[in-house]
Amino acid sequence: MLNLHARASSARTQLDLPKPLVAKVTSNHNLPRQLRGLSAFLYEGQCSTLPTGFAAVLFRHGDAAIDPVGANNIELSAEQFYIAEGDVIRIHADLKISVIYRRNASSNALLVTEQCNSFCVMCSQPPKAHDDAYRIDDWIEAIPFIEDCCPELTITGGEPTLAGDKFFELITVIKAQLPRTAIHILTNGRNFKSVRLAQRLSEIRHPDLMLGIPLYSDVASIHNYVVQADGAFDETIAGIINLKRFGQKIELRVVIHAATFKRLPELAEFVARNLQFVDQVSLMGLELMGFARANLDEIWIDPASYQKELAQAVSILSRSRIRVLIFNHQLCVLLPELRKYAVKSISDWKREYMPECEGCIEADRNCGGFFSSAKHRYSKFITPIRAVT
Amino acid sequence: MLSRRFKDLSHYRQAEQLGYKLLPMRFSYLDENRYVLSNMVGEYLVLRRDCIEDIVEHRIQVSSTLYDDLKSKHFIYDESSQIAIPLLGLKYRTKLTQASHFTGLHMFVVTLRCDYSCPYCQVSRQTDDKIAYDMSQETADRALDMVFLSPNPAIKIEFQGGETLLNFPLIQYIVEHAEKRNKTHQRDLKFVIATNLSFCTDAILDYCSLHGISISTSLDGPEALHNKNRPRPGKNGHQLVVEGIKRIQRRLGKDCVSALMTSTLDSLSQAREIIDEYVALQLNEIFLRPMSPYGFAVRTGQIDKYNTARWLEFFKEGLAHILELNKNGYPIREIYSTIVLRKMLSPQEPGYVDLRSPAGAAIAGIVYNYDGNVYASDEARMLAEMMDDKFKLGNLHTDSYEAMLSNDELMDAIESSVTVSCPSCTDCAFLPYCGSDPVYHYATQHDVVGNKALSNFCTKNMGIFRHLISLMEDDPVSRNILRHWAS
Repeated sequence: MLNLHARASSARTQLDLPKPLVAKVTSNHNLPRQLRGLSAFLYEGQCSTLPTGFAAVLFRHGDAAIDPVGANNIELSAEQFYIAEGDVIRIHADLKISVIYRRNASSNALLVTEQCNSFCVMCSQPPKAHDDAYRIDDWIEAIPFIEDCCPELTITGGEPTLAGDKFFELITVIKAQLPRTAIHILTNGRNFKSVRLAQRLSEIRHPDLMLGIPLYSDVASIHNYVVQADGAFDETIAGIINLKRFGQKIELRVVIHAATFKRLPELAEFVARNLQFVDQVSLMGLELMGFARANLDEIWIDPASYQKELAQAVSILSRSRIRVLIFNHQLCVLLPELRKYAVKSISDWKREYMPECEGCIEADRNCGGFFSSAKHRYSKFITPIRAVT
Repeated sequence: MLSRRFKDLSHYRQAEQLGYKLLPMRFSYLDENRYVLSNMVGEYLVLRRDCIEDIVEHRIQVSSTLYDDLKSKHFIYDESSQIAIPLLGLKYRTKLTQASHFTGLHMFVVTLRCDYSCPYCQVSRQTDDKIAYDMSQETADRALDMVFLSPNPAIKIEFQGGETLLNFPLIQYIVEHAEKRNKTHQRDLKFVIATNLSFCTDAILDYCSLHGISISTSLDGPEALHNKNRPRPGKNGHQLVVEGIKRIQRRLGKDCVSALMTSTLDSLSQAREIIDEYVALQLNEIFLRPMSPYGFAVRTGQIDKYNTARWLEFFKEGLAHILELNKNGYPIREIYSTIVLRKMLSPQEPGYVDLRSPAGAAIAGIVYNYDGNVYASDEARMLAEMMDDKFKLGNLHTDSYEAMLSNDELMDAIESSVTVSCPSCTDCAFLPYCGSDPVYHYATQHDVVGNKALSNFCTKNMGIFRHLISLMEDDPVSRNILRHWAS
């Protein structure tokens, strides 16, 4: 697992950071001077003297042979050695470096607020009530540093729409700066019960934007229990319908746990009947972070024991011509006929394998592996898949 | 237990304790022990009678699986959610949306001439040397005017006869002129030729390939049965149609040809043989059809030779054989069942002209006869051949589109036969799967609504609905196959 918010080991020259510095990492020592003020130079032994004019200089290892120039010469700690050309970082006065954007990652997440109007029993990113408006401001500032070959950005929270006007500004900025980048918004959809809000999103006319909206049950009270909010089911459904009225792409996200697995087939039927217009349904395994860990005993169920319900749901949805995908499941616990729906979805910086995976031909290949948080509990039925002879 | 900051499920179930309200629902018996309960968009549950009484008397236990199922399928709602009504509205609009598209199927009777002399012919074909029974180019032009006046974004032009290929030059004329007009109209335009394939040549097939025309033909079963049902001079009808089907499959592709069968008394004892004939031709679809009470079928008395109950037995025997074939690895669907299953199992409406309410007459499908007369349906034209012009909307050479489609007889028939307001239909659990056929009921009972207790349309459809639901309830393997058909 990569640490995206680590502290650098030391400063080799004085720091000049009146406010946190956002910079794009480059290892090009010939970068035109005019651009150096926005860039952090990553020294990899590519030059005999350090170029001047960069906002910061990063060293991967203590190469004492070269003389630092200017301010903000920083020695990375070993866990930051993955930082590479094209990444966008924020350097804080206390030497903490946040990696905002990793060019090599298949998707980058933009956490725009930790506030949320739901309080899901298995939330991996528990909401915090305090004002964190600075987060979305930081993102709006950072977008121009990202290279426009970036395939996808995920806007997440908390509940991103709680950022209000800034939420729309962020999407507008991404569309303008990164016109070829897909946007995936993870929202509970409740605020889109307002037709006006759905319309406002559509008016940005983003060509490749999808909203991932969780729906946990076909029964209102069960969904409301999972998200711990009365009325949430109605708001989410109304939001989905409003967004679709304005032609937005929608992914339904169902996290499978003890409170949701039993009615998976009924939920699939409900979606097929009422929401057949959605673009995708993602059936997701639990990530044991945050509240999921606090409520682990109450919500845990071994994925091996809900395969029947999962298979029925997949069959109902795919028969209804709805694209269905399975996320966060190890291939070996899925019924063989479900494996073709599985996506290697766990972000590379969170992905791990277990000792039981030793000798499995799918580990690191087609199997998405485990969240690193799975160390707290995982299926008892992990068995290596062997080559067919 | 959840950690202290969370409330448990019972808290969120409290609103359900305040009692539930009923949404519109209908129920009908399925068999001695069971009832079908359906909502206004065709979602259904099969339940015992006492269970239905419990629902209606508000005795269903909150939090039970049945309670959740009834809520999920929009039979009841309670204080925990108000979304059922807007969702039902959305689904109801979806089911009805085709009515607003207006006429999509345009049937051109390019000739009444035919080389066959089928005793069950619903039309009154003419021997094939009378040019007087061919449609003219002028008439075709006027018909194309009508076609493109329909607002439907998807237009299907179907060539009917007689034997259509006896007037193939006119088909070419219509196809090319329709394509030309469509350059500005930009509809999703499709063509189908209904033909017995007697005169099907490679040149015709190449033309079909070039213009994306598909072929619909008639195959009644094995050679002896086919030739008896569908007599032709030379007694080689079966051989011609089989060769034709194979040729089309080879030259145009498997999906470009489909076949229909019509049941005579002789057919009823040969369900398996008929279906096996389709399998031998590697066809993946078969349409099991009873005879229609029009044209020669009535005049020759063919229609009276068996009743609907007997035909349903044949249908069930055939369907059982088709399901068996599927179980054994050969995918073949029965078309009528597929249409009905789509109505039962999907939020969409398959748009089959004969199972719609409001009725499909003229507003879903319309017929342009060789002589320029316009009829509300194929059956209406057949009725007219029996000297009853009730559903003749007018003539292409004398009447306007507006006048023909606002024809009083037509409007009255459509309006008074809407199923939700028809006696018997209004209380029937199968209403969402059924449709209205005013022409049929007028032809058989001289009343566009008709007494459904005496209606073979009703008997046939109820029998099929009950049978399909029973199969899905009682046999998991059949259920999977039937659900697959609906997808």
